[in-house]
Amino acid sequence: MSTIRLFPTHGRSWLTRPLNWLGPTPLSRRKALWGLALIAPNTLGLFFFFGIPVLMAFSTSLQEWNAIRPARFIGLDNFERLIQDDKFAQALTNTFKLIGLVVPLEVGLALGVAVLLNLPLRGRNLLRTAYFLPVVTSTVAASVVWTSIFQPRYGILSQVLKPLGLGDTNWLVDPGLVLIPVAVVAIWQRLGFDMVIFLAGLQAIPHELYEAARIDGAGRWGRFRHVTLPMLSPTTFLVVVLAIINGFQIFDQVYVMTLRTVPGGVSGSATTLAYYLYRRAFTHSEFGYASAIALVLFALILLVTVFQLAVQRYWVYYEAESEK
Amino acid sequence: MIARRVRRRRSGPRDLTVPIQLFSYAVLLAGAVIMILPFLWMTSTACKPPVELNKIPVRFLPQNAVCRQNLDTLYDTSPHFNRYLLNSAIVTIGRTLGQLVTCSLAAYGFARFRFPGRNLIFALCLALLMVPFQAILIPEYMLIRKLGWLNSFKALIVPGTFSAFALFLLRQAFLQIPLEIEEAAIIDGANPLRVLWHVTLPLSVPALAAFAVITVQAAWNDFLYPLVVSSTPDTRVVTIGIALLQGERRTPYNLLMMGSFLATVPMLFLFLAMQRYFIAGIALGGVKR
Repeated sequence: MSTIRLFPTHGRSWLTRPLNWLGPTPLSRRKALWGLALIAPNTLGLFFFFGIPVLMAFSTSLQEWNAIRPARFIGLDNFERLIQDDKFAQALTNTFKLIGLVVPLEVGLALGVAVLLNLPLRGRNLLRTAYFLPVVTSTVAASVVWTSIFQPRYGILSQVLKPLGLGDTNWLVDPGLVLIPVAVVAIWQRLGFDMVIFLAGLQAIPHELYEAARIDGAGRWGRFRHVTLPMLSPTTFLVVVLAIINGFQIFDQVYVMTLRTVPGGVSGSATTLAYYLYRRAFTHSEFGYASAIALVLFALILLVTVFQLAVQRYWVYYEAESEK
Repeated sequence: MIARRVRRRRSGPRDLTVPIQLFSYAVLLAGAVIMILPFLWMTSTACKPPVELNKIPVRFLPQNAVCRQNLDTLYDTSPHFNRYLLNSAIVTIGRTLGQLVTCSLAAYGFARFRFPGRNLIFALCLALLMVPFQAILIPEYMLIRKLGWLNSFKALIVPGTFSAFALFLLRQAFLQIPLEIEEAAIIDGANPLRVLWHVTLPLSVPALAAFAVITVQAAWNDFLYPLVVSSTPDTRVVTIGIALLQGERRTPYNLLMMGSFLATVPMLFLFLAMQRYFIAGIALGGVKR
């Protein structure tokens, strides 16, 4: 008696043995199926909610997309418009100014604080907590509080600066000054974050190096200059890169702090790239054009990231070399 | 005797000269005052009666504290403020629990199973970490609109339940667990889900806590995304509620500070209770953002 086999087992095609590609043995195939099933929810969710938008970002930037007319393909017109848009140039300049203001101060202060808090001082845990508290607060609430601190006349800052004749300074209105309060909030909120990374880096420096430097007659400053700083340079680099990436994304502070006066600052003086793209998209309904701005922001951040990855590889290599 | 000497050596400032100690304390305390001052200013202003807001010279502490009254006025000005706090809590819990499920499953899959395309898929997930959220803000909004999810909790929670960062963090943690422990359970006939639940997760509690506090903090403080996808009071989160108060130019600062206070305090408590895990989370995945 012969049985008719719908799917002959000796076949090699994927149709007849649908799971062969998963692995050579039944056990490995079963494990592979488990693996795929386990990763499926998160991977599909990531793809749907983040992967697809990434792809859409590119196509939208090539379209004219506004509230009135249906979307239509316009090639690189949005990017041509970017080049001629003074407001965009201003937003770009403001973003770079802000990064130039925030990053050196933030990293420098965090390094200083971390070095001091790495000393065996009494109560340093309490101090570390104090420096870290702003990190966990919402940027919106922080910006509201700092707006009040920076208000002319009735703010604490005005009170402090009054003897200098700066009591009536309108920090959030003066186009030449408005980036300062924005930067202050950004620095205040990031310092603790950088400090934690620096502390981890400091604690990873082998103690023998300090002993060796001490034997060589290095003083406190000498040890800092010739042991701490060089050994900490990969950490510093990482912190700087993260700070720059974060600087490119500054939005909440600008949104909240200029809300009471002129949104985006008087004549756009506080408008950053992120804020400008938000306004273009959600106030002016120019989704295509705003997507082009978003791509520029993306490209700038990607540039920093790629640079970081390239240099980091060099650093790892360098460390491995020097161990020989 | 010896023990005491050792202890003194460990905890005391060992080789610090007095001037250096003084200098360090002076600098650190001055800095700490600046870090803490906004919190104090927020709290004290939240309790000031309106007449004391615009006093010169500026009064640091309120003369007549009227905390309770300001709280009531806040609810008069912004009647849904409690609702906003509740919404923030719902979104935060939803996202954190969601990530806990999807990301621990996925992290376990990536850490312990072989399947075709594993490395490629993992690399693609990690590549998403490099994409700043603002770059996909607009397509994300269009996607949510197309799904008909605007002004819904689905929009606020569902996309937030998937995370490449948590996947990365938890996979690292799971890889630290010795295989032998899991194998013992497998030999006893447990399926992967049971192993994950009864062996792997209990052994990863510190990593899970670190991931959870960071996720909670990020979700509670999220602003740009809710700003874009929700515009009605019933789905509005507290950060947006505060921004609305700020946008209303008539809102006096004492109410603004009261609102900020209510939004800040839960995170401060969470941090003070779980400080260790916050720090660990940042040191572990400091690469985020």
